[in-house]
Amino acid sequence: MNQQQLLDELLKKHKDGTLKPSDRFNIPPQPMPQQDSVERRKNVNEVALGYTETQARLEALRCLQCKNAPCVEGCPVRIKIKEFITEIVEGNFQKALDIIRENSLLPAVCGRVCPQEVQCQLPCTVGKKFKDVEKSVSIGRLERFVSDWGRKQHDQSSPAVAAATGKKVAVIGSGPGGIVVATDVRRAGHDVTVFEAFHKTGGVMVYGIPEFRLPKAIVQEEIDTLEKMGVKIVRNFVVGRTKTIKQLIEEDGFDAVYVGVGAGLPMFMGIEGEHLVGVYSANEYLTRANLMRAYDFGKGADTPIAMSKRVAVVGGGNVAMDSARTAVRLGAEKVYLVYRRSEKEMPARVEEVHHAKEEGIEFHLLRNPKKIIGNAEGVVTAIECLKFELGEPDASGRRRPVPIEGSEFIIDVDTVVVAIGNGANPLIGQTTDGLTLNKWGNIIVDENCKTSLEGVYAGGDIVLGAATVILAMGQGRTAAAAINEYLKSK
Amino acid sequence: MSHKLLSKKQLCPNVYMTDIEAPLVAAAARPGQFVIVCLAGGYSERIPLTIAGADAKKGTIRLIWQAVGKSTVELGQLKVGDSVENILGPLGKPTHVEKFGTVVCIGGGIGNAPLLPIATAMKKAGNKVISILGARTRELLILEEDFKAVSDEIIIVTDDGSYGRKALVTGPLDEICQAAPKPGLAVAIGPAIMMKFCCATTKKYDVPTVVSLNTIMIDGTGMCGGCRVEVGGQTKFVCVDGPEFDGHLVNFDLMMKRMQAYKKQEAQALEEYKHKCKIGLDK
Ligand SMILES: Cc1cc2nc3c(=O)[nH]c(=O)nc-3n(C[C@H](O)[C@H](O)[C@H](O)COP(=O)(O)OP(=O)(O)OC[C@H]3O[C@@H](n4cnc5c(N)ncnc54)[C@H](O)[C@@H]3O)c2cc1C
Ligand SMILES: Cc1cc2nc3c(=O)[nH]c(=O)nc-3n(C[C@H](O)[C@H](O)[C@H](O)COP(=O)(O)OP(=O)(O)OC[C@H]3O[C@@H](n4cnc5c(N)ncnc54)[C@H](O)[C@@H]3O)c2cc1C
Ligand code: SF4
Ligand code: FES
Repeated sequence: MNQQQLLDELLKKHKDGTLKPSDRFNIPPQPMPQQDSVERRKNVNEVALGYTETQARLEALRCLQCKNAPCVEGCPVRIKIKEFITEIVEGNFQKALDIIRENSLLPAVCGRVCPQEVQCQLPCTVGKKFKDVEKSVSIGRLERFVSDWGRKQHDQSSPAVAAATGKKVAVIGSGPGGIVVATDVRRAGHDVTVFEAFHKTGGVMVYGIPEFRLPKAIVQEEIDTLEKMGVKIVRNFVVGRTKTIKQLIEEDGFDAVYVGVGAGLPMFMGIEGEHLVGVYSANEYLTRANLMRAYDFGKGADTPIAMSKRVAVVGGGNVAMDSARTAVRLGAEKVYLVYRRSEKEMPARVEEVHHAKEEGIEFHLLRNPKKIIGNAEGVVTAIECLKFELGEPDASGRRRPVPIEGSEFIIDVDTVVVAIGNGANPLIGQTTDGLTLNKWGNIIVDENCKTSLEGVYAGGDIVLGAATVILAMGQGRTAAAAINEYLKSK
Repeated sequence: MSHKLLSKKQLCPNVYMTDIEAPLVAAAARPGQFVIVCLAGGYSERIPLTIAGADAKKGTIRLIWQAVGKSTVELGQLKVGDSVENILGPLGKPTHVEKFGTVVCIGGGIGNAPLLPIATAMKKAGNKVISILGARTRELLILEEDFKAVSDEIIIVTDDGSYGRKALVTGPLDEICQAAPKPGLAVAIGPAIMMKFCCATTKKYDVPTVVSLNTIMIDGTGMCGGCRVEVGGQTKFVCVDGPEFDGHLVNFDLMMKRMQAYKKQEAQALEEYKHKCKIGLDK
């Protein structure tokens, strides 16, 4: 029986009311169609291709429609998961999209990059039944299907905007948090200006997360929508230098400000050889590759990048996976991922770890660099690593990696990418008197995302530390609601 | 927003000066700061250039640059009335200006451009300004008249002796450091190797020395770490912690190596560009 026949049969039972949970359990979890793993090493096109309609409806039928819907508890913005899945079953994709949009403004982004397996899909009853989170209902893929369907309808509409209030709001940073704030505040009729330091908008979604995971065109559509709504976007404007927050308020008459500048200060390991030529922070490596499109160097792009043969990427998060997979696409013959814990503790999305392995990236787990070795020209030639074992859990709840003495070994490489995390960019803190920061330089906010300064709100990575797109969006929502409330009384 | 070139002048072979529309930057700019210029948005390179002067009233900034590679050569092809798409700034920390007594300003080659607003500010703050300007040969010396206007004393040196003294800048610098009263500050801007030797010279006399570093940059906002240098054993980001640092603490050798990172690819890009555009680079 082919998929379509299976679907027809299941839908018939569904209509008759004879579809039993056991029938649902028997539906095979739908795999994500993807670009061939050899072919895709040579291009930057999206790897995951998205469900077909048939697949989406089959996957949707696996949902048990649990009364208590534990999945929703796992979603940071509480998308009405079982409701939108029902609409997919029925083929009402527009309705499904409308339901998602009630809680999430960027479903095409979230459907692609949210860590679903530790959020909505973790508590899913179906996954629990199979004792395997990978067998949970693929909520993320369904979300992606619905939003891609919506984009294919060429829907040119944009959210309605209330009558002008005469109040002005500045949004600093055009990452996911900033986009959400701009949308929600503009909807309430306020005059909104987004200030972005880069010449391209979208934050980490365009300079960090690579095209093969999140096409730039998708992010651009969201920016286009903002502009259609009448949001002004000022690029090449670095708040703190071009103008300070105080100037925006006092000289330019902004009534409220949202600070969504992200966590953009790369951390280094502090080991010998870290300044050698060929050692990159992941931010630099990914920015050169994504934002400046270094993979097209000489063919329309002017920014160079190391043409590496052997690359070591240090770290185990999404940033590390993205760097390693980018290195593959830039033509590296060997790419090693060096991570000091085991695969179980890796913070990267499971799907991306799978993809990385398929693309031939070699994992050196329980290993960490001790020093980076270079030649007379100051160019990297190798890294010396130590082996590790796992000890007791540390403050993060993960088991602490303990170095094994005398276990040094050497890997020959010509490029090292350090992807061990980002701290708070200090610029806003240094140039804004009265803004309270914690000891890591993150902005302190209350439950409404309000900072210590009147009329100034903040959210996303600059508040949370390096977090996720969905959490930044969640905070954006909270901040926008608070700003709208604040402006009512002003 | 695009930024129109209002004037353009060639100061010497391969060195251009322009006044360009950038009202926001002009209003905020302080000596020592720089901008990042991006010719055509899209995927063109981001070029850091020091603000060599700013007129807040007219809304213009002055840039002086040397055409060394593809992007700066391309920038040199622009004519009055043409525009560049993006200018980000002002970036970096402004120069710390106060009354130090005597300030020696040492400029090498294109380094005279960023040095001029600093020398001007030092003079305004009541310092005695001694300028030492160095060039390989007479025709490469830029901004001499402008320096004369703000300096109490000016010493010109050329490598080949075609103008001024035949010496390196470190020659007169050493003499000035020996004389009493000792200078309160030295500011050296130019090629890394020149700054390195200026610092070695002033170190002998304990004259505090500021240098302005021009490492390779991308974002200019502290996000990529590409501009990092070692200062006093610590990692610093030139774009946000600098561009000026205590020259006695900078690890110049490391910095010079890092600046060579893309040499091959840059040469290739320039070759292809010259070929494509059939431009005759000035001799
Ligand atoms: C490589 C990489 C991969 C990732 N993968 C995932 C993933 O798979 N899933 C996931 O959920 N999350 C992922 N993340 C994390 C996620 O991207 C971030 O948590 C999220 O983007 C934070 O959003 P934000 O709104 O705080 O701002 P950001 O996206 O960080 O954007 C901030 C913006 O502000 C601008 N800015 C900074 N300072 C100023 C200033 N002074 N003036 C004006 N503008 C300024 C910046 O240029 C930037 O555009 C990844 C991050 C990286 C780096
Ligand atoms: C803070 C700062 C201020 C500067 N001010 C001036 C100035 O006022 N006038 C001036 O002529 N030059 C200045 N420079 C140097 C100028 O930015 C480079 O010459 C220019 O980027 C070279 O680009 P290109 O494509 O033409 O040459 P390329 O062929 O790409 O490079 C030639 C050389 O320039 C350096 N370089 C390359 N890319 C960069 C980059 N992104 N950032 C910095 N250096 C790079 C490298 O050492 C390289 O070997 C400054 C640099 C910095 C960091
Ligand atoms: S927990 Fe899983 S099965 Fe239950 S409603 Fe949510 S998605 Fe459906
Ligand atoms: S240029 Fe990126 S951190 Fe300085």
